Amino acid sequence: MTHARPGATMTHARHGATRTHARHGATTTRGRFVRIAMLAGFAFLWLPIGLLVAYAFSADRIPFQWGGFSLRWFAALAANERLVEAALRSLRIAAGAATLAVALGGVAGWALARFGPFRGRAAFGALIGAPLVLPEVVTGLSLLLLFVALEGLTGWPAGRGATTVLLAHATLGAAFVAVVVQARLAETDRSLEEAAMDLGATPLAAFRTITLPLVAPALAAGWLLAFTLSLDDVVIASFVSGPAGTTLPMELFSMLRRGLTPEVNALGAVVVLGVGAVLAVVALLLRPR
Amino acid sequence: MTRRLLLAPVAAWLLVFVAAPAAILLAIALAEADPGVPPFRLALAAAGFSMLVADAYYLDALLSALGVAAMTALLCLALGYPMAIGIARAAPRRRVLLLAALMLPFWTGFLLRVGAWIGLLRDEGWINGMLRAAGIIEAPLPLLYTDGAMLAGMVHAYLPFAVLPLFAALLRLDPTLAEAAADLGARPPVVFLTVTLPATLPAATAGFLLVFIPAAGEFVIPELMGPPEAQLVGRVLWQEFFQNRDWPVAAALAVALLALLLVPIRLFQRIEARP
Repeated sequence: MTHARPGATMTHARHGATRTHARHGATTTRGRFVRIAMLAGFAFLWLPIGLLVAYAFSADRIPFQWGGFSLRWFAALAANERLVEAALRSLRIAAGAATLAVALGGVAGWALARFGPFRGRAAFGALIGAPLVLPEVVTGLSLLLLFVALEGLTGWPAGRGATTVLLAHATLGAAFVAVVVQARLAETDRSLEEAAMDLGATPLAAFRTITLPLVAPALAAGWLLAFTLSLDDVVIASFVSGPAGTTLPMELFSMLRRGLTPEVNALGAVVVLGVGAVLAVVALLLRPR
Repeated sequence: MTRRLLLAPVAAWLLVFVAAPAAILLAIALAEADPGVPPFRLALAAAGFSMLVADAYYLDALLSALGVAAMTALLCLALGYPMAIGIARAAPRRRVLLLAALMLPFWTGFLLRVGAWIGLLRDEGWINGMLRAAGIIEAPLPLLYTDGAMLAGMVHAYLPFAVLPLFAALLRLDPTLAEAAADLGARPPVVFLTVTLPATLPAATAGFLLVFIPAAGEFVIPELMGPPEAQLVGRVLWQEFFQNRDWPVAAALAVALLALLLVPIRLFQRIEARP
């Protein structure tokens, strides 16, 4: 025992030394591994999109094959009346659904964050949040069944189309808006509103001067989220829409099913460059000075 | 009073557009198929459910969908961890750029990204074109309509859902913990397994479920990129409803999918509710 101890300490010390050396090497390999894996992840995300945009400028009739620079597919896209009409319809539906979602989800998020315990609060919270966790096929199917049953019972909605899609998307968007608004209010102090009312502000004035400015960014973010969700949805829309209410994603889905055309590339380029430009402008506006 | 006036219309909306559809879905799942318009007759027949039990095709559809969703979620975590670690380690200015690079593909539209993958993978696609031009292959490789293509499309669609919770947890994680472990001689994989992974396990679980839950009902990607034999529940539900016009079976499938997702959904809500 006594004999072994110094030896053990020595081995320990020696190991410690080699470990210190190993660590420096290891930290850099670790850094390198993480960096390479991260770049691989970003390449995986960006390669398909980058090529989609790049080949939008190819003259070739076969998508993703280079046939010289050309803008002909952008012209073809603009001349595709069916697609342009569906795009305009989608934008109208998305704007309407997002606005309705902000009204519904804004009140719901506010109620959940600030109204304290009220009767049916748990059920209310479960219902507003349900569309967040329901698979799209389930939401779409159950809403279609609702519209069919309503039409049978009351005659409204007479058939399905843009209106039924808008109602479905507003319900979906409201769930997201409620989460964003509730989170925003949860991280702000409710004593601000109480102080305003202690100082004589009516509840309405306290809401207008304190609560509303606090949640305004959340409402804007929620509107944008609901707008993009609506613009991106194909499954729910396919269930609840009718022949007169085809949205852009529905058109795109049937195009992809029939086979890819270069117009898909052109549309991709328009969307990616458009979203990128909007983000760049926002980033420039928000740049710290 | 004002509060009640505000709350009432929202509660009414939720009753009509969330609660009532769920009740109708259940009623139709229990109804009988009928060749009329609409194609069912209300009854306590449970014809849909007995079809699900009687025909292994439906059980397969449910189970293979859960399998594909779990695989997608695991791949998203495997790819997402290094991305989240890299983004969390970056200097603040660079971090914003990396986050934008993560989210921008997400905002370019789900179907356009599926279209991009189809353009890469199909027989006349980019990869086969490049390989043929390089003289490596003569006949195109069958890449699209495979399990691999379907998984690539799914991971591409859901990756940010896994990265964002991991990134948020890693930002809160004290970096000196990992440094201390490294100082004490732990090699990087050991540091990851003993420090980073346990400390971010709730976030990893949240990320897993955020991918798993929507992926389990996915219809578009298996339909456009998967092999014909990948009959996942989303696809089967769609066919039963639109092609076979068997509403009770479609509704019963939806109810069964929900029942299977109830545990993951509750688990996710509990993780989210934690402070």
